Amino acid sequence: MEGLISLAVKSIFIENLALSFFLGMCTFIAVSKKISTAVGLGIAVMIVQTLTVPANNLIYSKLLKEGALSWAGLTDTDLSFLALMSCIGVIAALVQILEMTLDRFFPALYNALGIFLPLITVNCAILAGSLFMIERDYNFSESVVYGVSSGFGWALAITAMAGVREKLKYSDVPPGLRGLGITFITAGLMALGFMAFSGIQL
Amino acid sequence: MQAETKKVLLDPLVDNNPITLQVLGICSALAVTSQMSTSLIMSLALTLVTAFSSAGIAFIRNHVPSSIRIIAQMVIIASLVIVVDQLLKAFAYDISKKLSVFVGLIITNCIVMGRAEAYAMKNPPLESFWDGIGNGLGYSAVLISLAFVRELFGSGKILGFDVMPLVKDGGWYVPNGLLLLPPSAFFLIGLLIWAVRAWKPVQVEKPDFSINHAAHGEAH
Repeated sequence: MEGLISLAVKSIFIENLALSFFLGMCTFIAVSKKISTAVGLGIAVMIVQTLTVPANNLIYSKLLKEGALSWAGLTDTDLSFLALMSCIGVIAALVQILEMTLDRFFPALYNALGIFLPLITVNCAILAGSLFMIERDYNFSESVVYGVSSGFGWALAITAMAGVREKLKYSDVPPGLRGLGITFITAGLMALGFMAFSGIQL
Repeated sequence: MQAETKKVLLDPLVDNNPITLQVLGICSALAVTSQMSTSLIMSLALTLVTAFSSAGIAFIRNHVPSSIRIIAQMVIIASLVIVVDQLLKAFAYDISKKLSVFVGLIITNCIVMGRAEAYAMKNPPLESFWDGIGNGLGYSAVLISLAFVRELFGSGKILGFDVMPLVKDGGWYVPNGLLLLPPSAFFLIGLLIWAVRAWKPVQVEKPDFSINHAAHGEAH
């Protein structure tokens, strides 16, 4: 239990997907102009991350890992090179299913999150969550915690970024730095801030 | 034809750079640039994947219904990335360990998908191939210049060879540790964008909001 809490804190603050691994940067920069849209996207990422990391964990450990197919009599089959393909497939399929479920049962939520869902398939934070899970060899319960908390960390980062950018809109930025340039510098300062967490040991 | 190829190949270097102007593929640009060796390999991998996936997608562009085009593109890209990943594991194991998940993330790198959608779906294979190479080179140019600055001033080395001997090894250079940390990549890319836009003012973005000087003057 203690290990899980420390994993959660670690993946929210210390190893924040957006600010210390730079994942999902394209959407992070493009969709952080308004707080409301940023929150919507953040929630969508969190939901998808919570579903896909454990799903990929099950598929990887039960089907693809070396020796995982021993129940079928194939003891030395190693399909781990297929991990990339299966991860992206699972993500694309789950996003599609989530979109259809929301559309059918929760129309209000679908209207709020719907436009962000297709963006999420190509958000590298989602794929990276699954790949980190494979690389670090998380078990099932760890993967659930990792999915929830890394998604939450990303949502936190994009919301904070949107808050800063809403204020920044009214400031007089030098022409060449306007827009993209100043956004990068701001993200850099935020990343410095998040580095303050790096000394925390739990 | 020749002029067209040249334009497609050279345009993405500065005038239409995927990173500084199109805002594509930033994730890996920031994460792998603390050393020259990793960013060279990453540039090479991405350029090859973009070029061949663009060519492959351009081949099948007239036969794929548009409702399933994304998944068809994904399959082509993912297969190419698996090939690259396995090759790296076989021939450059240390580097592939250092790049960790970032090789896999070429699948979701927006440059690859972006060029497939924007160019390869509308153009013949050969031009798409050159477009892929061109955008890959534009990406590589940014990646390699970032890595050059970060490795030279962060650890006094280029490609692992000592250029400026460090104080701790009896030399004269005090390394700037910040350059090896993640935030410096953001600062450097921000400054790079500033430099490019100072050189090419066409790329400057319009302000979202400006002070209305006329109204301001009346109030006084």
